[in-house]
Amino acid sequence: MKIRFFPIILTLIFIIIFLLFYGGLKKSNIYVPTFNINKKIPNFKAKLFEKAEELNSSEIFKDDQIYLMNIWASWCVPCRDEHVFLDELSKEESLNLVGINYKDDFKRASFFLKELGNPYDIILLDVDGIIAIEWGAYGVPESYLIKNKMIIKKIIGPLNKNLVNEIKKKIQ
Amino acid sequence: MASLIGFYSLVFGAITSLIIIFFSVKNFKSAEKLNVKIVPLTFLQFIFVLISFLGLIVSFINSDFSNETVFNHSHSTKPLFYKISGTWGNHEGSLLLWLLVLTSFIFIFILKSIRQPVQYRILTLLFQQIIIIGFFIFSLKTSSPFNYIYPIPDEGLGLNPILQDPALAIHPPILYLGYVGTSIIFSSSLSALTVNYISKEWAKHIKEWVLTSWVFLTLGILLGSIWAYYELGWGGFWFWDPVENVSLMPWFALTTLIHCILVLEKRSQLTSWVVILSIATFTLSMSGTFLVRSGVLNSVHTFANDPERGLFILVFLFSLIFLSLFIFIFFHKKEMDFNNSFSLISKETSILINNWFMMYFLSVVLIGTVYPIFLDVISSEKISIGPPFYHKLIIPFLIPFLLAMAIGPKLKWIKSGLPDKLYLIVFFILSVLLSIFIVKKLEIEFLINSVLISVVFYLFFITLRDFFIKKSSSFSQNITHFGFSLFLLSIIFNNLFTSEIITNLKVGDTFKSEKFKIYFENLDQKKEKNFQSIVGKFVVENLNGEKEVMMPELRIYNQPNMVTSEAFIKTNFFSDKFMTMNLVQNQEYLNIRYQIKPLMIWIWISILMITTGGLISLLRKNEN
Repeated sequence: MKIRFFPIILTLIFIIIFLLFYGGLKKSNIYVPTFNINKKIPNFKAKLFEKAEELNSSEIFKDDQIYLMNIWASWCVPCRDEHVFLDELSKEESLNLVGINYKDDFKRASFFLKELGNPYDIILLDVDGIIAIEWGAYGVPESYLIKNKMIIKKIIGPLNKNLVNEIKKKIQ
Repeated sequence: MASLIGFYSLVFGAITSLIIIFFSVKNFKSAEKLNVKIVPLTFLQFIFVLISFLGLIVSFINSDFSNETVFNHSHSTKPLFYKISGTWGNHEGSLLLWLLVLTSFIFIFILKSIRQPVQYRILTLLFQQIIIIGFFIFSLKTSSPFNYIYPIPDEGLGLNPILQDPALAIHPPILYLGYVGTSIIFSSSLSALTVNYISKEWAKHIKEWVLTSWVFLTLGILLGSIWAYYELGWGGFWFWDPVENVSLMPWFALTTLIHCILVLEKRSQLTSWVVILSIATFTLSMSGTFLVRSGVLNSVHTFANDPERGLFILVFLFSLIFLSLFIFIFFHKKEMDFNNSFSLISKETSILINNWFMMYFLSVVLIGTVYPIFLDVISSEKISIGPPFYHKLIIPFLIPFLLAMAIGPKLKWIKSGLPDKLYLIVFFILSVLLSIFIVKKLEIEFLINSVLISVVFYLFFITLRDFFIKKSSSFSQNITHFGFSLFLLSIIFNNLFTSEIITNLKVGDTFKSEKFKIYFENLDQKKEKNFQSIVGKFVVENLNGEKEVMMPELRIYNQPNMVTSEAFIKTNFFSDKFMTMNLVQNQEYLNIRYQIKPLMIWIWISILMITTGGLISLLRKNEN
């Protein structure tokens, strides 16, 4: 009996490896975290970009309003690419654009906005990256669609045409 | 037209596979039928695949964009050389190349194994045809290189510029020769196991294939590495990237197999090792294909991926694994190892010790490569495993490994003392002193470095001495082991002495450091056939006032639109000077990386030496 034990174990090991690979195959490489969708937004304080004034999150995000919060930085190359889409979204009247300037140099960030235009209704500073952590962000750029103080969609990476259309549909 | 011929030829090739399987099963015991019917059929199959392959090449040369593969991976302005190499620079075409090599190898095998038992030959052919038919189905069903598109596009999408490179044009074919060679070893060992033919004679006969695969695999890895060095632009040559690891794993298995085959040939021992390693080399090569083609991991090598393809290879791979597992369990008898007694001090014991080390290295690489995938599946956590993991786990174990490598070949088969001990001890003391001297001088971390450098020097001196003393029979082994010690030495010193400067410069700027001055003289533009090139001219002046001009390049490819950075490398026997420049988004200055990398060329030379050893052994075998 003992001799047959080894092959069975070996077979089992390979079956497990097979299943793991199979699982890896089924898993899309595009990461969509679901855990903080339909969650309340975090409470935080932030300095404003243009004025030396500190705001509470409850003063920024109001009930019955829709916001798109966008984390950006002047050193971030994809942010440049998504800028056109932000411009497009800024024309939507029912949508408020909140920018979070992430770990950036003030001069360069200002230059970035001067060069490409400022689509945001309000910009908050996140010099040390703490706000981004509170929001559970993965990197720059990242955008959150917020309705009634709830995150209803999280977009990791730059915006594109399809995403913009999706957002437009959601806010109507 | 060429595509059409290619497609039908491929279908015929697949049908021939069925006919061969039918005839082999029917005439399992007949040597005559094998020679009259089956051998010509195998040749025919090869010809079919060859025609199909040529068909694809012709479509590429003619820029026939009605062919989907050509449309996706070629462009009319591409130079002819890259049009041709584009044939296998994509998933569909490279599969066709696999098939071409598979069918040609089995044909050569059948011709060359004429003196072997008939049943063994037919069974090997059968197993090989199972693999071949799997690849035919894979190619025809999920990734046909001959899909037709209508309306015919005017222009193709082009080949990824970083693949437009001479080293990379021949890297895949060479690597495939190695990979596919392992399939012959796989089929042959399963067949030998089934007909109870694992023996000295078999070892002698299959050794040729083991060596051939090993030589090609080593060269393939070398080419990939050289390419990474000058094209990826940060001066490294090995990144522990999953796809590199995937080629390294069969290499470990194959290297171990070479040593086990030697023991089997001389002493009729280690049969289990030989069989398991034969199975492992091929399954590891296949796993590599799975990992690269399925999109499970992402890296510079990933081909356009499609879950259906991944699923097919996965099921195919595991069918082969289970098939070989069952054959091994049912046919392998422990008694096959006639003489299981090992004397503690003997050549075979030292080989066995090193086998275990090799298996350890293999496991480290295997775990480092697949663990992130498994973790992602189980817990959705994403991690990446980088060089520190491999360095920490591999380097300490290199020390006993190298010692066994230095002393092992000095021992005799069966049982041996250590004759002529004196020089072994003298060399040892010499190496220790030398390494302590170097380590002290450099003021680096003492213990691990001095021990490591000592053993590497030890192997280096002992193998160096053997060139002048030993008789020529072990010349091939000696040159390989010497090459290996040289390889490690070059890597160690390269790591210890590399100096690097990263800075941003505008035209006219000068960068000063303690050791040198870099002056950015000018920027020049050139227009080439399929790209535009920007060449920077830099003058590097060292402390002695010697000046050197470095001209790194940026290429802006038109199709697809992409910027690549071409390193400028000045090589001599002592060191490489390496410079790259990169665009900084929306800035007038360029990012410059300048490195002095000692002994770089010796890394390549030593790998060539290692390969030469295998080649010599192979050629000598043919002479006998």
